[in-house]
Amino acid sequence: MNPASWTRRQQVERTIAAVALVLVIIWPAAGFSSYWTHQILIETFLFGIAASSLIFLSAYGGMVSLAQTALFGIAGIILGNIATKGGPGGTSKGLHLGWDPTLALIVAIVGTTIIGLIGGAVASRSTGIYFLMITLTYSVIATYTLGQVTKISGFSGIGGINRYTPGWIGNLLAHPNRLYYIALGTAIVVYVLIRLVIRTPFGISLQGVRDEPIRMSSLGYAVPLHRTLAFGFAAFIAALAGVLYAWWAGQVAPGDVDLPQTISLLIMAVIGGLIRIEGAWVGAFAFIIMQNYITSNTHVPLLGFGGTLFGGSFNTIIGIIFLVIVVVSPDGLMGLWGRIFETRHRPDTGESPPTPAAEPAN
Amino acid sequence: MSALSARIPDRERVSSWLTWRRLPVFLTFLLIALALAYILFITTVEPFTGGNWRTTTFGSAVHDPKDFLKIVLDSLTFASALFIVASGFALIFGLMRTVNMAHGAFYLLAGYIAYEVQQGMTGQGFSLDSSQVNTWEWLVPLLVAAPCIMVVGLVVQQAFLRWNQGQELRQALITIAVSVIVADQIIAHFPRNVSQGQRFGGNAVDLTWPGWTDRFVNLHVAGVQYSLARLVVLAIGVAVGVGLWLWLYRTKTGMKIRAGVDDEQMTSALGINIQVTFAITFAVGCGLAALGAVVWASQSNISSGQDGQWLLNSLVVVIVGGMGSIFGAAAGAILFGFVANFSASYLPTTGSDCCTQYSTIFTFVLIAFVLSFRPRGLFGREA
Repeated sequence: MNPASWTRRQQVERTIAAVALVLVIIWPAAGFSSYWTHQILIETFLFGIAASSLIFLSAYGGMVSLAQTALFGIAGIILGNIATKGGPGGTSKGLHLGWDPTLALIVAIVGTTIIGLIGGAVASRSTGIYFLMITLTYSVIATYTLGQVTKISGFSGIGGINRYTPGWIGNLLAHPNRLYYIALGTAIVVYVLIRLVIRTPFGISLQGVRDEPIRMSSLGYAVPLHRTLAFGFAAFIAALAGVLYAWWAGQVAPGDVDLPQTISLLIMAVIGGLIRIEGAWVGAFAFIIMQNYITSNTHVPLLGFGGTLFGGSFNTIIGIIFLVIVVVSPDGLMGLWGRIFETRHRPDTGESPPTPAAEPAN
Repeated sequence: MSALSARIPDRERVSSWLTWRRLPVFLTFLLIALALAYILFITTVEPFTGGNWRTTTFGSAVHDPKDFLKIVLDSLTFASALFIVASGFALIFGLMRTVNMAHGAFYLLAGYIAYEVQQGMTGQGFSLDSSQVNTWEWLVPLLVAAPCIMVVGLVVQQAFLRWNQGQELRQALITIAVSVIVADQIIAHFPRNVSQGQRFGGNAVDLTWPGWTDRFVNLHVAGVQYSLARLVVLAIGVAVGVGLWLWLYRTKTGMKIRAGVDDEQMTSALGINIQVTFAITFAVGCGLAALGAVVWASQSNISSGQDGQWLLNSLVVVIVGGMGSIFGAAAGAILFGFVANFSASYLPTTGSDCCTQYSTIFTFVLIAFVLSFRPRGLFGREA
């Protein structure tokens, strides 16, 4: 940790990261707007975690997965089914097993990881655009299954999950700041974990599989196994985000994992940039700011219309923003950020950002 | 035997055909055989109370051949609609390697445009009876909706997809953005009541078949009376299949398309304007989504949210059948049609909420089975 040896880019990035970290840590204590604390920043942390699983798969595995939202919702549904209790004041839907919340938490995360491993195994011989299509079907199948099966969810989903938190966390309704710090802590842990995993032998060979699957296969590496394990790891991360979401929102319904939500998560990841893990939180923050502040009453400065385009809702605007980003900078905000330094600093001796997912050469 | 072959351990020769490696194959076929046996012989009709693993809504095929045949026909007609929509998706993907994620949104838009035209022509209220609609009042909406969608698709292709040909992921993301915008604009503007200036935010509405289809045909097999409208769906699906085959394999344009699928660069090097071929193919693919929408919206209905459903349908058909092959699309559509209808009708009904609710999972089972054995789908080729 010698700042003198850092490149210019590293200095700038690490300064920004440190300032941002200090700011979000003191945020609730400093008494800033609680709307920001309990809506925007928590949402940024937990959707950032979900988006980071998508970016991990894309940047290091060459697989753009649209199943992360489904896995996110499955974790919440499992948690809700196991942890909640029925009876007076309880929720109507779900199995209401009423197990110990800590056990429920573990089962939800492990169960989602196992589902992720199964789904990953089925899709493991595909890559790139095929992987995108297969995982999109997973996502839509999960939505319809959860909606149809009234025993575990139904279209209204499961509510009251935030009243059944583990004892070591305590009552989240009475102490809303706790969830803020749990989400922040989980986000930091996930970030560090991904950075560690990509440096392990598994992470390195996964990047080899991303770039040269045939060569890796002839070197004796099990290519489908690497993809399956990577997908399982990403499912684990998505499950963490799903559990946090269930505690934060209190309820999980198929509407939280449907196609628009799946696309929202993809938009967050793409706005951030599918090349760097940090982009997950940047993209989530940008998306959630827009979602919260662009409403039908907002006056959009340059364009003049009252926040709605051609009579549409927020989706039309975010769709156009998404379109512009994909057309102008497919690597998102992190790609734009990288370009600033590329022009000034061509022979960058520091760590280069991971190469974007390789496009199939046809 | 030469010395060379003696040195190579020949697994096929050493062990019999019954090896551990083949176990998954046998298990799969066993499961399929069990499922067939279950449907054909094992199931029984649901009693008034309770039920067990053998009880289904209709009982076995041997017990109730009439309902069994009806479900077979339902599966075929659904497969026909699936084929019409998904063949457009497969056509575009096969030639241009573009995954048109806006296919479902185009389907939805076509359905609503056709509905508005039909409402305008008949001048009736929201729900029409078949007898109030004549053949023209069904055909003209189709002939308006399909070109509209072809133009929309062409604009999207020329504006956003033409210049980044080959960047599959970027094209997929662009079409996702288009689908978000189109789906949101549909909710903002359709369906509407023009005379009163009202809009109904993507409510479910029905297109209506012409009056002559509103009857049942006696098929003279097991006493089945079957809806003529559904048989029309089947006929249109077959006609689209034959038409596509003739177009692709018997015309010059089709020849260019197939050449483009095989080797895009060589095709353009031979002096064929591949961009024109791309544009035609994209427009036809979108037109097929519109045709499928008009046909299936007449049979069922059209409502916001179906864009996701039909994107899923197209994806499943294409994943199962093999990416970008018309025969694959037909095979995928038939398999998916049968799995969807039979899992909804022949899962056990053991109580109030088991097990037909789980039918959607069988879509996943179908994908898992096919991809485990053929990672590129049934008729897929290596890219």
